[in-house]
This record gives sequence, structure tokens and C-alpha cells, in this order.
Amino acid sequence: MIKAVMVINTQGKPRLAKFYDFLTVDKQQELIRSVFGVLCSRAENVSNFMEADSIFGPDSRLVYKHYATLYFVFVFDTCENELAVLDLIQVFVETLDKCFRNVCELDIVFNYSKLHTILDEIVFGGQVLETSSAEIMKAVEEISKLEASSNSITLVPKTVSGWRNR
Amino acid sequence: MASPSLMDTLFQRTLDDIIKGLRHQQAGESAFISKVVEEIRREIKSTDLHTKSIALQKLTYLNSIYFIDMSWAAFHAIECISSPNFSHKKVGYLAISMSFNESTSVILLITNQLRKDLKSNNEFEVSLALDCLSRIGTADLCRDLTPEVFTLLSSSKVFVRKKAIGVVLRVFGKYPDAVRVCFKRLVECLDGTDPQIVSAVVGVFCELASKDPRSYLPLAPEFYRILVDSRNNWVLIKVLKIFAKLAPLEPRLAKRVVEPICEHMRRTGAKSLMFECIRTVVTSFTDYESAVKLSVAKIRDFLVDDDPNLKYLGLHALSIIAPNHLWAVLENKEVVIKSLSDDDPNVKLESLRLVVAMVSESNVVEICRVLVNYSLKSDPEFCNEILGSILSKCCQNVYEIIVDFDWYVSLLGEMSRIPHCQKGEEIENQLIDIGMRVKDVRPELVRVGRDLLIDPALLGNSFLHRILSAAAWVCGEYVEFSRKPVELVEALLQPRTSLLPPSIRTVYIQSAFKILIFCLHSYLLQRENIADDMASEMLGLKSQGECSGSSALVAGKAPARQEQDEGFNPRDSNKSYEDLSIINEGDVSALLEKGFTHESIVNLLNLIELALGPLSGSPDVEVQERSKNVLGFVDLIKQEISNGFVSERASKIIDMVHDAFTEELGPVSVNAQEKVPIPDGLMLKESLADLDAICGNVQLPSSISFSMGSPFGESVGASVSIPQSKEESEPSSESTSLLAEHRKRHGLYYLPSEKNETLANDYPPANDPKSSDNTNDDAQDLVKLADKSLLPKRRSNHAKPRPVVVKLDEGDVVPFIAKKSDTRDDLLSDAVRDILLGNVAKTASSQSIISDKSSSKRKGKEKLNVDLPESREILGVEKPDLGNPSSRRSKHRSHGKEKSRKSPEKKNSDEIGDGEKEKQKSRHRHGRHKTKQRAEGPLNVAAQTPVIPDFLL
Repeated sequence: MIKAVMVINTQGKPRLAKFYDFLTVDKQQELIRSVFGVLCSRAENVSNFMEADSIFGPDSRLVYKHYATLYFVFVFDTCENELAVLDLIQVFVETLDKCFRNVCELDIVFNYSKLHTILDEIVFGGQVLETSSAEIMKAVEEISKLEASSNSITLVPKTVSGWRNR
Repeated sequence: MASPSLMDTLFQRTLDDIIKGLRHQQAGESAFISKVVEEIRREIKSTDLHTKSIALQKLTYLNSIYFIDMSWAAFHAIECISSPNFSHKKVGYLAISMSFNESTSVILLITNQLRKDLKSNNEFEVSLALDCLSRIGTADLCRDLTPEVFTLLSSSKVFVRKKAIGVVLRVFGKYPDAVRVCFKRLVECLDGTDPQIVSAVVGVFCELASKDPRSYLPLAPEFYRILVDSRNNWVLIKVLKIFAKLAPLEPRLAKRVVEPICEHMRRTGAKSLMFECIRTVVTSFTDYESAVKLSVAKIRDFLVDDDPNLKYLGLHALSIIAPNHLWAVLENKEVVIKSLSDDDPNVKLESLRLVVAMVSESNVVEICRVLVNYSLKSDPEFCNEILGSILSKCCQNVYEIIVDFDWYVSLLGEMSRIPHCQKGEEIENQLIDIGMRVKDVRPELVRVGRDLLIDPALLGNSFLHRILSAAAWVCGEYVEFSRKPVELVEALLQPRTSLLPPSIRTVYIQSAFKILIFCLHSYLLQRENIADDMASEMLGLKSQGECSGSSALVAGKAPARQEQDEGFNPRDSNKSYEDLSIINEGDVSALLEKGFTHESIVNLLNLIELALGPLSGSPDVEVQERSKNVLGFVDLIKQEISNGFVSERASKIIDMVHDAFTEELGPVSVNAQEKVPIPDGLMLKESLADLDAICGNVQLPSSISFSMGSPFGESVGASVSIPQSKEESEPSSESTSLLAEHRKRHGLYYLPSEKNETLANDYPPANDPKSSDNTNDDAQDLVKLADKSLLPKRRSNHAKPRPVVVKLDEGDVVPFIAKKSDTRDDLLSDAVRDILLGNVAKTASSQSIISDKSSSKRKGKEKLNVDLPESREILGVEKPDLGNPSSRRSKHRSHGKEKSRKSPEKKNSDEIGDGEKEKQKSRHRHGRHKTKQRAEGPLNVAAQTPVIPDFLL
């Protein structure tokens, strides 16, 4: 079971945080802080695992990967395999890369809901349901299309940017 | 930002605008956010769903990235999901899954919308609803939506079906009765050909089995098939995890499964699968020599790999296997020890654990030496990890691995001098514990304690205070082993003790008191001895001539003395006195300088008076009281011995106090308290209930309030209301007498009071570790250690036999309240069992469907279905149903078992398609039944016709 997925930048700002058990926002903030506290103290070229028992309770494991300015963090329990989750992070990032063509932190900042769409295709209620980035892309594209078509029904853009872009 | 412009009010900002805005705010982020939230609050009330959904989207964003509360918007989120527009729906669902929880009041309002979306033709809408349900499903939601989920389980679209499978986990968890509806279909999915489906369903079973593996034993054949056939690593990992849970429950299953696992290990190139195989073997298949050997070989590959992840996991696997197969660790000891200096803290920690696991009676000295030396060079955090693991390893099972306690005690002393040491509390506890348990080590303990106490530099380190407190206690308690008690008193009263916290100062004062008593007592004895033995000769010398009473040790420096020291057992004071008196005759003059003289006693008294004088005004009551006690005593004694005579009275007093202190304190079982029967008529709870009343009364300026301390709150409370002093005194005296009586009867369980009080107050012992023996093994190279000390040397005959270690009856080793692994009669497992076992009443009809299905599905096995009783047998394999509410079920089971006994052979042959494996499997199953039968024999009861689906076949 995946307990949480986080994307945190190297300054400690969360870019995406998804907890699969309900937590209050204060608790979420605290967890992200403590995870980041440990992450940033770790040297490069060490293992991708972190002792997380003190933060997430016994039997928790944490795997992270550092890409450019971002940490991708998955927290999970004994029902997952550490190396497999590491691969999963790779799948996630690859998919992002395909979606945004050379993904960078800005893409992630500005595409908040798309990020969720992608992640939801991979992890469903804490379970990993899809590990093939091609399948994920397929679903995400369909969903985007659907969103676009449903939005286009609104004839007059009401938003500032929509207005400005005309 | 300027005041809201026209643009701001007329046009709604999108999420992108907010993000951009936030990026431009350097300092005023929170002000900007609160402004945005205000906007959102306005916009979200809009009747236009588009406006509303954008507001909600912004809020969700702020919630998840900036931790803004959004529970107030719950209802608006519900409005959004009811929009026919997909993107509104999506925004709404995201908001709901992020913010709803069991206590959200409007959660039930979404039931209908969820149902509608679950039935939608648009697979993506269905997916949204499923995702939402999997995140926030409550018991009510799950109950109401079970039929829809059931339908979706057989959806033709893989995209939907896999998510429906995923949601089942949540539904089962919240609403176990759903098992009766959905389980069958879930099991069928295991047969599916679509890898996505199989992956999803195996994942669900992995989760379910991790909580209650026993219920899923009947599905083992399905999992076995996947284990053998599947080539999807993700699926294989999950199946391995399931088997890791199932195998320990059923040895025959383990036997069957171990070979395919090894096969995967030999075959696979994927590290994740490899690691899972290794982990499965080392956790659940430790009895299978060849499998263990194979995995240890694979672990070695991991250990030498450059990838730090593999190295870490390799070490992790080793530490799992260490308790059962220490040889695996020893084989890899070079790598393990090298890893101690790895850059990665995880790797360091794992290897530390392994090094400590290798510690045994024969090499504990060497390994601890190396570790302590290494800790000197480590960063503070790791240094304390090292010290902590040494401490906990050595005290395991009442110091099981320690033979040479003198060495260990001096190691403790040495450890406390390590600059980063923060293990004060543990060292404290162990010093005292060892002092109480191991008599033979006390002289060394006192020596170590003295070295610690005497060093003024240590007083400045607050981490050491607790160790010093232990040292003080030990020196006071076992002062008879000290060579120079006076020196100890000086150390205990040195000026820098003002740096100690009051609680520890009290220990110091009390210890000084104990030592004083000891000195006085020795002095008295000397006088008596001398008086007796050498009456005429010594009379002239009077007080001058007496020497060391109880301890020849006092005179340790005199050469003549030392021989004597070795000759007698210092613990037996009587004997030593005899010895002494002999010495006295022979060598009086040498002793004059070393023993207690009248002057030395007077000096000692003066010293104490001087040092404690200022403390009698200490703001800390405990310090004040104790120092006043000591001062009072000193004062008294001084008067009595002023002229070099010791008055009758003084010697009586000294004798009495000395007697009080000499009674030995033993270790007390942690469980001792429980053994005290509660006396009749003592109603603890009741009195507590009255506490309120009493406290209320305390407010009154009543003179009585002080009697609060009485354990009988009730009576006190009552007395308060009656302003007569008579009344008040009565209850308290009554209580004291009761208490005294109780104490008399159960004195054993009381903390030593009064005389013993001093002892009890003090804490733990300290140690001082610099025995000269230790110095020779200087900084050994870590790797050298590998060669030397880790080899399990067959133990050289220990120079000394291991001293006796006092153990308490039952409770010495941590009172494990053996948690009953309560066969969690969790509703869920019940339901699952029901389904797998077939609950007659309910499933009679569905039963036949199942068997039909399975028969049609798997050709060649019809026979089994025909022979129902046999098929039941497998179910017998199920858990020994503790507390299973349905007695009916257990009856069936045992019945099934009975029958199975008759025809297992036949059945097996029927069942087997072909091939060795199959045969093995059936044999295995057969065996399993037998064991179960035995186990459940007593349950046998008349049976009814059981109809049980046999998923095994």
C-alpha cells in the first residue's frame, strides 16, 4: 500500500502532496517538513531509502529520487517492494517527461491538476494499478481531451487569462 | 497588491493566475493567500458552476500545497460533482478525495451522485467515482454502493475493471459483508488473462493477506499457479509477499513453493524480483537449507554491488536472516565491517546491527573494543547508536554474554567518558543493576565509580550527570570495598558538585552520609578490637592507634597490608577484622597512618559540616532536608566523641544507623507490584472519585487542607466540612496505621523506606573504565577485527568463572505481556472465511453456482465437485476458528476432515492433472489436512451436509 506521494523541491516547497489516508493539513505540513528535513541532509550518491519509522510509524518505508530541483518521494508499507517502487518513481517521471516534453519544475508547478490525473492513473487509492507509462499516457490523453471538449462548451471565457488570450 | 481593481472583481482569476501571483510574491505570500481565499469564498457561492469549479480548484490547490483548510467548502465540492460537465466533475472529485473524511457531515449526500457516476457510460466518469470511493469510502458509502461495485467487477473495459478491483479493498475494509457479494468474482479475476487485471487483483489479495493470512490459505493453489506461470515482475513480487505470509502457517505449502522461488532467483535479472525472492526466503523459508544458501549467495552479489541501494538491501536481508543463520553474516563479515564507515547513514546503521548480531560470549570483548574505538571517531549521532547497541546487546537476557563483569564495568566507565556519549540513562541503569545482581563485581564497580566521581571535569557535562549519580550510589552502597572512603567523601562533596541538578545532589549527599557511617563504624570496630585484643598494650595510645576496621583495604598502600588484602574476602567483614587484629599486633605503626584515627574522623566530620553547611539553606527541599539530616547527625556525633572517647550513646547510634544501611538491596522484579494482593476494603477508585470534592475543599482556607495527603480522601473530605480539629486528626491517624500495617505485611514490595530509603533514593551506578587491561588493545583497524575477533573462537577457558548473576523469578526478562495474537475475529476475515468455507445457510444456492463454475472452468476436475465431502476437506485447512461465532461452521469443518481422511489418496489422484509438481502439491495438501485434523480433533461434532466451494481445486 502506498501511503503518500510527495514531490518537494530542493528548497522544501511541496509541489505535489497526496496522502492516501486522510490527514489534517497541519499534519500533512508537519510530515512534509520532517521528510524534507531528512532528505536535504543526505549526501548525493547514497541509497534512495530513508528510515521513515519515526515519521510515518512502524513498518513504513520511504523511497525517494532526486531529479534536478525536485525530490520525488513515495512512502509505503511492507506490501510493496522497495526497488519496485523505485522503478515506479521512474515510470512516473518518465510519464511526466512524455507529457510535458522535458519536464522541469515549472511544468509541475503550473500543471497541478494534470499531475494529479497522471498520479491517479498509477496509484489508485494507495494501490499501484498501472506501471506502464504508455497505458498511463493513453488514459491521461483521453481525460485531457474530455476536459477540453467539456470546457469548450463555455463560449465566452470568463477568466482573465482566457480573455487576454483571445 | 493594490486594492481590488476592476479586473479583479469582474473577472475571475484562474489557478494559473494564482500560481503566477504566488510566484511573484516574495515576502507577502501569506497576505496574498488570504486575499485569494477571500476571493474564493465569494466566487464559490456563485450559481455558475464554471465559476464555482474554478474557485474550488484554486482552493484545492491552496489546500494541498499551502495547507489552507478547505473543509468548509465540502458542500460546494458536492455541487461540482453533480455537474454534467466532466471537468467540473473532475475538480469536484479531486476536492472531495483530498478533503473529505469520516467526520465530514455532508458525506452521505454524495451517495447518489456516486451511484450515478458508477453507472455512467463514460468510463472516465466511472473512474472518477471509483477513485473517490477508494479514498473516502465510509461504511455507509461502501454498503450502499456494493452492488454497483459488484457490477463493475465484470465490466468489459479493463480500465474500469481494474479500478473496481482496486476499490474492493476499501469496500471490504469498511463493510466486510461486501465479501459475500464480491469475493467470488474477485477470485475469478485471478484466472484472468489480462495482466493489468491480474496485477490489480493480486495486489488486493496481498493487502488482504497481510492482515489476516490464514483466511486466504485456501487460495494458495491459485497463487501458486501465478507464481509458476507469470512473468510479470510486479505480479510476482506481490505473490511472493503473499506466500511469505502463508508459508509459515502451513509447512507443506512452504515445501511446495520453495522450489519455484529458487527458480525465479536463478532466472531473473530484475533486482526488485530478486530482492523479493531473497526476502521471502530469509523471512519465511529459513528451514530450507538450499534455498537459504542460494539467497545468501545472491545477497553477496548485492553486497558487492556498486549501487548503494543494493548494498543497503543486502545488509537488510542479512539482518533478517541473522537470528537463524548467523553463518551468513559471518561469511560476509568483511563487507559488513567495511560498511560501518560507509557514507550512507542507512548502510552504517544496518551494518552496525549486523556487527552487534555477531557478538557472542567469546568475542564480546574484542568487538566492543573495536566499536568503542570506532565510536570515538564517529559523528555524535552514530556514536550514540553504537553505544546504544553495545549497551542493549550486552544487557540482553540479564547480561547473558558477559563473562568478565570487571571488564564490562570498566567498559561502561570508559563509555561514559566518550565525549559524545548521551547514553547516561542506560549506563546509569546498568551500573546499578549490575551492582545489585553481581556480587563479585562490586569492588571493581566501586573503583570505577570512584574514578568517575573524583574527576571534576565530568561534572560539567550534563549528559554524564545520571552516570555520576549511579557512581555516587554505588560508592555509597558498596563502600566497604573502597580503599579510601575518605577520598570518596571528598569527591562527593567537592565544590563543583554545585553543577549537578538537585535530584542528583541528593544522591551525593546521601552517599556521603553512608560513607560517613561506614567510617565511623569501622573506627568503632577498630577500637573494640584493639581494646579486646590488645587491651593492656594499646591503652596508652587510646584513639591514636586504631586502624582500619572493616577494611584492610583502607590501608591498601602499606605493603604489609596488601598481602592481607588478597588473603581475605573483603565482603566478610568479621573475617577481615580478625585478620586485622593480627596485623595490628604485628605492624601497628604502619597502620597508624592509614587507618582511622581520632583526628581523621574529626577531620571527616568537619569536612562534611563545612561542605553541607551552605546546603542546609538550599531552595530544593530534598537537598535541604538531607543535608540537614546529615548535619544534625554530624553535630551529635561530634559532641559525643569530642575528647577522643566514644560515648556509649554514640556507638549505639552509629551501630543502629550502620545496621540500617548494611541491609542489602536486591533487584526487584518488575512484576512485584502485581503480586501484592489488594487488601479487603481498600477501594482505590472510590477514593479517587472523591478527589474532586477534596480539591474543592482545598480552596477553603481551612487548616485541614494539609491532610490531603491521606490516602483516604473520603474521610478527609468529610472532615473538612466539620471545623473540629479532633475529627480531622482521626482519619489521618487511622490511615497511617493502616498503611503501617500494610507495610508490615507486605514489606517486601515497598520501596525500602527509612533506613533503606537512602539506598533506594539513589540511582544507578557509574563505572569507570579505565582498567589497565583495556589499554593494550588500542585502535585496532576495523578490518583487522574482521579477521580476528569475529571468528567464533572456541572459547578459551576463561580465566575466571562467570560470577553469579542474580535473577528474579519470572519477571526478570522484560515482562512480555504475551499479546494474544487474537485471531482477529475481524469481521472481514470472518466474512472471507464464510465465503471460502461456504456458509451453508446463506450460500446453499450460490454454492452450487460456484461449484458449477469451477467445474466448467477447469475440466478434468469434475470429480471433485461430485464428491462434495472431499472438497470440503480442503477447507478444513482453514484456521482453527477461535471465537468464530458460527459453531455450525466449525462442525462442518471437522466433519469434512473426518471424511477427508478416508479418501485423500483417491482424491489426490483425481485431482492431479499431470506432472510431478501437481503430485507434490496434492501430497502436500493432503498432509496439511492431516495436521489440521489433529489440531482440531476435539472439535468433532456431528456434521451436517456442508456445501463448500472448493477454491483449491
